[in-house]
Amino acid sequence: MQSYYEANARERLDGLLDPGTFREILPPVARTLSPHLQALDLPAAFDDGIVIGTAKLEGLAVLVAAQEGGFMGGAVGEVQGAKITGLLERARNAEVAGIVLLLETGGVRLQEANAGLIAVSEVIRAICATRVAGIPVIAAIGGQYGCFGGMGIAAACCTGIVMSEEGRLGLSGPEVIETAHGVEEFDSRDRALVWRTVGGKHRFLLGDCDVLVDDRIDAFRRAIAQALREGDRLDLDAVEREHALLQRRVDRFGGCDDGADIWRDLGFPDPENVPLLATDALVAISQRLRAA
Amino acid sequence: MDWHDVTARLFPEGHHVVADGDLLAGTGRCGDTTFAVIGSAHHAEIGVELALAMARLVLATMRTHPGRPIVFLVDTAGQRLRRRDELLGLNRCMAHLAKCVEVARSRGHRVLGLVYDQALSGGFLATGMMADLCAALPESEIRVMNLSAMARVTRQPVERLAELARSSPVFAPGAINYVKMGAIDALWEGDLAAHLAAAVADAPATDTRRDVGQARGGRLLAAPIALRANVE
Amino acid sequence: MEHLEYRFDGGRPATAGSAARIVGVVASGNLEVLIEPVPGDPACSIAIDTAAKGFGEIWQAVMADFFARHRLAGIRVSINDAGATPAIVALRLDQAIEEFTRKR
Repeated sequence: MQSYYEANARERLDGLLDPGTFREILPPVARTLSPHLQALDLPAAFDDGIVIGTAKLEGLAVLVAAQEGGFMGGAVGEVQGAKITGLLERARNAEVAGIVLLLETGGVRLQEANAGLIAVSEVIRAICATRVAGIPVIAAIGGQYGCFGGMGIAAACCTGIVMSEEGRLGLSGPEVIETAHGVEEFDSRDRALVWRTVGGKHRFLLGDCDVLVDDRIDAFRRAIAQALREGDRLDLDAVEREHALLQRRVDRFGGCDDGADIWRDLGFPDPENVPLLATDALVAISQRLRAA
Repeated sequence: MDWHDVTARLFPEGHHVVADGDLLAGTGRCGDTTFAVIGSAHHAEIGVELALAMARLVLATMRTHPGRPIVFLVDTAGQRLRRRDELLGLNRCMAHLAKCVEVARSRGHRVLGLVYDQALSGGFLATGMMADLCAALPESEIRVMNLSAMARVTRQPVERLAELARSSPVFAPGAINYVKMGAIDALWEGDLAAHLAAAVADAPATDTRRDVGQARGGRLLAAPIALRANVE
Repeated sequence: MEHLEYRFDGGRPATAGSAARIVGVVASGNLEVLIEPVPGDPACSIAIDTAAKGFGEIWQAVMADFFARHRLAGIRVSINDAGATPAIVALRLDQAIEEFTRKR
């Protein structure tokens, strides 16, 4: 039972995909290193920190991309962004059930500044365009670095998000907020507070993550395959439904100070126990509350 | 430039754009075309409410004025950096706005952007950078993050980043650098209405920014790498 | 960054048909090691890009030990190093060779 959190990008793909089906595109021998890092005299990686390729997952033909969080915190530069964008465009001409993005990233690679911001923008547009073409894009988030910055926007543009409790998803990282407005605004070293704000359980209860799974590669595999089978539609009805959901959320929870307040309002009698609940117990209670 | 001046110069034949706090909303006439105008002012920090307000305007345009072109006027200091907005899912609200723009595009609405003062990061990603074509006024600046915050996160000395911001197009915040890299189509000076009319006629249907960046010599790898990822 | 190169002769050729393999991550204190077959090359060639400057003699010793352990010819070893210790370097090299030579 392999931990998704502990595995690196290649190990995650190895455990996730059907054995022997993965073919890497632009593998390390292609030597697509970042010239921007080299210009700053910083270490670069042959694959620029992302592994992309074709594969099968539970028999479904997929395109996959896995970010290596250990390299530059998974942050996206010109080359990495282009690998993802090209892969997303490839899907529109291939017979695939969808695209799987294993995201672990701080967002824009600041060392590449403008090139990084544009790269993330192109990824966001490509995700949206690929979805409009009817092809599901499933994001998985469960690594040490979470999914932040412009890639937090990209993740939320995807068809669905699978997270573990260990995962974090947001826009501005807690450290950035603390730097801007002080520790009283957000104590980035208060791990419990961080996870109540951007962690997997909170995102699931809030409705921003579709599936919550245990920190196991096989659990991610099953959930991703299921999400792919559900297909996709990004149209006016879908965004109008999303708008109503988000507006209700802000109206209902806009005055809440903490994730625990939101969970209490959702019907959890002991919100302080939520972090202690096992995944399946949490999911079961949440489903009962939503049905009620 | 102030939003009043920008709208006057974009729509000399008249406009009904108003500011509701930091939100700009309304319509403007350019030649025979009525544009939906959506935007931000006062170096707005974009939090959940403002992101949803802009999305609402995109949705309303799609429902009540099918096919009407949309122009985003961008002046933002970036996303609101508050724990509350993270708690409520600001990343999702920004993504929702981006998806509304994509759906509008798919339904035949041309979407343009104009940075008329400053644009940072998240606020820009969901608006101007989702447009078919984004332009900027010559004095405008586009940043990922403020230099001192960047220095802290990257552990590079701020003096080094400041020097790079002066000398390297990758780091310099002036909009001209984004022109070279293909993300900004052009700097607009003089007759803004004429620029707008040409833009709505010429805006590309797909995301061509990396090809433009390569042709202009400002971003050389994105296009060939994306092509190889697509075909190899 | 410092760039270093080494070549070692006298090894035995790697098994025909081996595919390129990579191990490791370019993270602080870590490195990635890429091994590619170079059929017909009688040497083991090594190229290193390292963030730790001025350790040429130590790299020389680590690479010589590595070659002595495996004595493979017809391979190119390429390293991106972000300040790993000699022990970690040796470990990754062995992991890379194991991946490279493993029958699939």
